Amino acid sequence: MMHRSLFYYLQLGFTLLICAFLVVPVLMSVTAGLTSNYFQGLSSGLTLRWVEEVLALYSETIWLTVRLALATLLVNLMVGVPAAYFLACSASRWARVFEELLVLPVAIPGLAIALALIIAYGGVHGLRTSWLFILIGHVLYTLPFMVKAVLAVLHSINFRQLEEGAASLGAGFYRRFFDVVVPNCKGGIISGALMTLTLSVGEFNLTWMLHTPLTKTLPVGLADAYASMRLEISSAYTLIFLVLLLPLMIGVQWSGSRFRHKRPGRRKESGLTKSVRFRKQRPTAPTVSGKDLPFHTSTGIN
Amino acid sequence: MFTRLTPSLIVMMLPVLIITCAFLLIPMGKLILISTGGDDGVVIYWQALTDSRYLTSLLETLMLSVATTLVTLAIAVVSGLFLARNHFPGKSVLVSLLTFPLAFPGVVVGFLVIMLGGRQGLSAELGLLIDGTRWTFAYSVVGLFVGYVYFSIPRVLLTVIAAVEKMDHQLEEAARSLGASRTRVFLDVVLPALKPALIASGAICFATSMGAFGTAFALASGINVMPMTIYTEFTLGANLAMAATLSIILGLITWLALLLARSVSGATASPAA
Repeated sequence: MMHRSLFYYLQLGFTLLICAFLVVPVLMSVTAGLTSNYFQGLSSGLTLRWVEEVLALYSETIWLTVRLALATLLVNLMVGVPAAYFLACSASRWARVFEELLVLPVAIPGLAIALALIIAYGGVHGLRTSWLFILIGHVLYTLPFMVKAVLAVLHSINFRQLEEGAASLGAGFYRRFFDVVVPNCKGGIISGALMTLTLSVGEFNLTWMLHTPLTKTLPVGLADAYASMRLEISSAYTLIFLVLLLPLMIGVQWSGSRFRHKRPGRRKESGLTKSVRFRKQRPTAPTVSGKDLPFHTSTGIN
Repeated sequence: MFTRLTPSLIVMMLPVLIITCAFLLIPMGKLILISTGGDDGVVIYWQALTDSRYLTSLLETLMLSVATTLVTLAIAVVSGLFLARNHFPGKSVLVSLLTFPLAFPGVVVGFLVIMLGGRQGLSAELGLLIDGTRWTFAYSVVGLFVGYVYFSIPRVLLTVIAAVEKMDHQLEEAARSLGASRTRVFLDVVLPALKPALIASGAICFATSMGAFGTAFALASGINVMPMTIYTEFTLGANLAMAATLSIILGLITWLALLLARSVSGATASPAA
């Protein structure tokens, strides 16, 4: 297109404006976290003083957040992958009801889930003050993402046929699960894992209700800092959070695009899976809806 | 595809079944019991919906969420159409930047709004330059609205871009070749074709806004959105029954909105096809 109309530039301008709306406050926050005195502006000089101060004050929250995210991932891998396999295998109506139930923590506000957990288990000695209480909340909230990601892959490949092949060669159930099903779901497991880590690291709604003074996560600490600390410290703290979150988010975007383009068989794959995948391809609908999208775009993260 | 429920298959689902029952079903059941367990019984739901304090909070949250949804949809349609239709250098970077805040928690979005409209924010600096007063909006309902739009844009935009990419381009060309103006093509061809995606992503946006807690918490504005009201009832009021009741009402609203989103996206036939 050589002649771009005024309309084109109006749309471009608008889109750039929206982009600025999203990016400028982040840049301001990053700058504030590295400026000696934000009130005086950049002329007061750059410093890492605030970052150091945050690390001294809040390093505990950072470690707890990392630990929680890894523990959540571990539980999701052990529980979510087999669950997805079960749901893909079972055609019963109860399995569908169960699937609905599983996604419930995404559909209703975290506050309600947290309140329910406190009512049910807040009195259990030792649990309320333990980080395991937050782990329960994080697992409930992130498990649907892991299950859905793996389930999407299982629905797109004919794993039954692969399994039958393995079974005819004498592989038992667990052998088939670990050597045939799991390797073929690798893409889904990776996106589910990245999603789990991203969500767990940023989770606030549940965590704020479930935390105790001794079990503060990074987002809880952020809320604390926003309420009581000077702007530079809040910003430096936000900067540390972004540094932690950024690689995960890039990973999610990368796995998302890789996964979306993969279906027609771009990845190197064995002849068997390839032929199977083509056969299983669904006809494309004339319009797009939430269903065709990766699960993570369709759900609340706040 | 029917499979017998073999013992091995049961082992596969047992952990998730235990977790769901112990940490989801039982707590949710207890939440419902607590809500009706006070002196008023089931009447508490009537009180929650008629007491002016809770009703105001509910209506304000509903209005805020609807406004957020409409504005976000409008922004996403304009930018989404543009991004899906045009190719230019740096486009993928632009899309990445626009979807980057997808994973920001609500508290951080609240802080970013303070960076924009707080006492030391961008608009305050701008105000000082122009008329010598600090313009602030972060701590009012405007700030809340800006924050909600902020975290909604990436989500809705991704859906709209995907929808436009899958749209049948020929319909528009046909309409244009028949002499339809740009506005007519947009209203009669593009919008109907995007309708399912817009309803679905709009419902998701609405549900997210209804349940958002972090942004309101960080901004600490005078506006009591539903999650803030629930939190206050629970911590300050120590009114567990009312907190549970309001949680259930809010949960029902967001769950129904997401149900709508899914039922719409399940319908594949579109008016334009």
